[in-house]
Amino acid sequence: MSDPADLTISEAGAAMRAGALTSVDLTEAVLQRARVTESELHAFLTLDQAGAKSAAEAADASLAAGDDAGPLHGIPIALKDNMCTKGIETTAASQILSGWVPPYNATVVDRLAAAGAVVVGKTNLDEFAMGSSTENSAYGTTRNPWDTDTVPGGSSGGSAAAVAAGSAMGGFGSDTGGSIRQPAALCGVVGLKPTYGLVSRYGLIAFASSLDQIGPFARSVDDAVVLLEAIAGFDIHDATSIRGEVPNFRGSLNEGVAGLKIGIVTELSTTGIDPEVKAAVSRTVDRLSDAGADVVDVSLPSCEYGLSAYYLIAPAECSANLARFDGVRFGHRAEGLTTEDMMAATRAEGFGPEVIRRILLGTYALSAGYYDAFYGQAQRVRTLIRRQFSAAYEDVDILVSPTSPTTAFPIGDRTADPIAMYYADVCTIPVNLTGDPGISVPVGLDSKGLPIGFQLMAPALGEERLLQVAKVVEDQAVFTDRAALATSEVAS
Amino acid sequence: MTDYEAVIGIETHVELMTDSKMFCGCPVIFGEPPNTTTCPVCLGLPGAMPVPNAKAMEGILKIGTALDCEVAEISYFHRKNYFYPDLPKNYQISQYDVPICHDGSIAIDVDGAPTMIGITRVHMEEDTGKSIHMGGGGRIHDAEYSLLDFNRSGVPLVEIVTEPDIRSADQARAYGAELQRIVRTLGVSDARLEEGSMRFDANISIRPVGQEELGIRAEVKNVNSLRSLQRAVAFEIERQIAHVEAGGTVVQETRHWNEESGKTTSMRSKEESEDYRYFQEPDLVPIEVSAQWRDAIVAGLPELPAAQRARYEALGVDNRVAGVLTSTEGIGELFEEAMEAGGDARLIGNWLSGEVVAWTRNENKAVAEAHLEAAHLVELAGLVADSTLSASAAKQVLGGVLAGEGTPTEVAEARDLVQISDSSVIEAEVDAVLAAQPDAVASIAGGDMKPIGFLVGQVMRATGGKADPKQVSDMIRAKTTS
Amino acid sequence: MPVEIDIAKVASLARIALSADELRVYEEQLGAILEHAERVQQLPTEGIPPTSHPVPMTNAFRDDDVTGSLPVADVLAGAPASEDGYFRVPPVLGES
Ligand SMILES: [Mg+2]
Ligand SMILES: [Zn+2]
Repeated sequence: MSDPADLTISEAGAAMRAGALTSVDLTEAVLQRARVTESELHAFLTLDQAGAKSAAEAADASLAAGDDAGPLHGIPIALKDNMCTKGIETTAASQILSGWVPPYNATVVDRLAAAGAVVVGKTNLDEFAMGSSTENSAYGTTRNPWDTDTVPGGSSGGSAAAVAAGSAMGGFGSDTGGSIRQPAALCGVVGLKPTYGLVSRYGLIAFASSLDQIGPFARSVDDAVVLLEAIAGFDIHDATSIRGEVPNFRGSLNEGVAGLKIGIVTELSTTGIDPEVKAAVSRTVDRLSDAGADVVDVSLPSCEYGLSAYYLIAPAECSANLARFDGVRFGHRAEGLTTEDMMAATRAEGFGPEVIRRILLGTYALSAGYYDAFYGQAQRVRTLIRRQFSAAYEDVDILVSPTSPTTAFPIGDRTADPIAMYYADVCTIPVNLTGDPGISVPVGLDSKGLPIGFQLMAPALGEERLLQVAKVVEDQAVFTDRAALATSEVAS
Repeated sequence: MTDYEAVIGIETHVELMTDSKMFCGCPVIFGEPPNTTTCPVCLGLPGAMPVPNAKAMEGILKIGTALDCEVAEISYFHRKNYFYPDLPKNYQISQYDVPICHDGSIAIDVDGAPTMIGITRVHMEEDTGKSIHMGGGGRIHDAEYSLLDFNRSGVPLVEIVTEPDIRSADQARAYGAELQRIVRTLGVSDARLEEGSMRFDANISIRPVGQEELGIRAEVKNVNSLRSLQRAVAFEIERQIAHVEAGGTVVQETRHWNEESGKTTSMRSKEESEDYRYFQEPDLVPIEVSAQWRDAIVAGLPELPAAQRARYEALGVDNRVAGVLTSTEGIGELFEEAMEAGGDARLIGNWLSGEVVAWTRNENKAVAEAHLEAAHLVELAGLVADSTLSASAAKQVLGGVLAGEGTPTEVAEARDLVQISDSSVIEAEVDAVLAAQPDAVASIAGGDMKPIGFLVGQVMRATGGKADPKQVSDMIRAKTTS
Repeated sequence: MPVEIDIAKVASLARIALSADELRVYEEQLGAILEHAERVQQLPTEGIPPTSHPVPMTNAFRDDDVTGSLPVADVLAGAPASEDGYFRVPPVLGES
């Protein structure tokens, strides 16, 4: 058998239940992969080897006792380090939370534990999830396992890189403007942003509350379904979480696309898109058409304003969400003769420049005299975007576009130009504004050998249909390449 | 000389007595060791999220409806952003442009002059933690450091804002007292000013009588009793008038009421209005109050103090006594029970608002701690009605009952206060007094009735207060004027 | 129109102590971002309600149940300074 770290979740699960593999073996293989790759990759901020081993032992014992928690039982996974883990340092990749150990678990962490998953560690991110390259981490940059001179994307770059490299079988990130889908695209894995409210945000260190959503990274659409099932569903601790039954995500998973209508969003697929990405997207669309889908062009002109609206709404919310980092109750504290001075110095020392930039931007956009022209107007534009998407879904089942305008870019390439960096999210932002689900599926490599992601979008709670079409995209693309760092020559 | 009128608006914060806090499952209990009733939510830890308490929403709807407010069909929570160490998230979850209740009123009555005070808004928010300033005598400005306790953080807080309809210190007090009565009657808060579960801020300005435009206002904080509300408002009105008369201008500022000195002092001026950067709280969804919900709240409202007072007055209780009966803890219940048992409203009302309230003050005890039952009051009123006890003896008996000496009859007998019912005994005492006071008798016979009272007093003294003064008086009159 | 930013006031509202040089850099960057963000003003939005929450819902409440608090040791474990069960901070300048 090949290295267990390269199995899919369903393959590993089957092997475990057949007695061919234990969670301890599997976890050890994944940890071994991490030990080998981490010096180059730096996907993890905390690798919890001891914790993972004992969780794996417990998983083996309970499975042996006939207590099967389901498809994630004994599966080693990674968590973005902005999800609170009781007893394990959680930093959001910020100096201001250096050494902070939460006294409670995020709801997703509890749910994953209940599903029998083994947490191998906490992954790197752009500080407070603000960025598109994972270069904004206070603890160093994560590298792309396909080409370590390039970025893994962001902000959930650590989880994307770990899943691509095999140092986790599945990962979790948060997506505020594309922070799951864009790094998934750049790292050649599947990344899903569920419908806003489908997964509890309780215990996720908030960036922009009305946009943030937790979702999975996986090496296949099937694995993504398993990971989503473990975390989805109403949570009393999150007042924005959707009540009622958890929808069935796999009901039509293998039904193909015959008879479905798929719309290519013109505004997200033409201007500013790298030609190789464009070509891969149109190849994918052709395959969908061959598979029986009715493919049409859809124009959503308000999408052009998505990035602008996003860069007012997200900073405004973050300016309030990050106010609690003040040196009083937890985290870093700077010297100061008065509490006022201490707070201002703590925040200046503890936050990196991108975080400060966004806090200032949001503070300005909310302040007296500017609220209506900036924040208020952005919220109204958001309504227009939502209306255009709903109207489009009257006619089509699924909307598609590239996930990212480019493939992975070189480290340091865009750090001096915030606006160029922000442009990385231009295709992914609209569904954060609408609250709808979106997924990125790898569909090929560019001439540099870097993965290209294809984005699919569906109306709110349309995950079942979204995954059904994603599965066809995956099958048709036959994306079998693995990241350089995950191939056996490097990994062993 | 210019005549001035005061224009006063009051902002009141009332803590709701729910079991758990506004947005988390921590208990609402006071007097616990610091930071022992806190959790990730009310400490504002990273990742924690608020979920509103349904009971608190019900509480504010009760207050709003009791104040005759309109209820917003849809209202929102907002974030009010400002940095302060006792505010864990450095924003307060509050309501801004659409409060849940608005445009109501409270009727007050000062010296028989009824006035309506408009209620601008009633909105839901959360309380902050508490800072203790250490060193430098505990004063904020020269403290060496501060300590923070977040037990109070997140306790549900209702803010009630009036229109600038109040014109005097007496009205301010009457408003505060009526609001307190209403909130207590609703059972949503204990509304204790000394303990901070009810807090007033008064906005005070003056203007020449006849001027439409409002003057510049000062906001007075730290008012910890109804009496200090009245004193602080009175002081501030006088101060502003004197200041303007002396050629000064009132500045917009926050002033601190000092109970000891009886003065307000400037805390800080508010030249620049604060920029709270309100925006809708994205962690919470809108509040929708359906007609059914509102109707259920209205149907569940208890009888409010104004209606209760009117009912008591209709029973013969005077206005002032009715006010006390509806505002003193435990008193109203005894009164209601005594009425149900057929007691005399006027007598019992007077005892409760007089002797019983005085007893609680002197003993520093709650009414519930007295050995007083409604049945005692009814029995006592009966003893007065059948002339077993004189009015003054009845008050002495009540004192004995409050002290736990027994039932009214037992106390009356033990203290030997039962009136002499045998008229021959009284007549003998009357005859003895008349014989001893020939001058007084002569005056009366000559048409001057004044000495009758003196003679009655002599007989009462001779009988140890146990004669019926009315009977004595009639007897003297008969014997001296025939 | 160029966006006007009183960057010192914004930094003070955000409680971040920045040097004059840092303020200048942020002012410039904010100006550039806002110029881009200002594009939202090109869309006519009269009569369009704002979206604060992407999935329409109302009345997400919890029952008034006490579900417990953290042990005080956990509460203070991450505190930069504490004393006798309290969080401790330097003296506070102004009242809230
Ligand atoms: Mg308030
Ligand atoms: Zn709490």
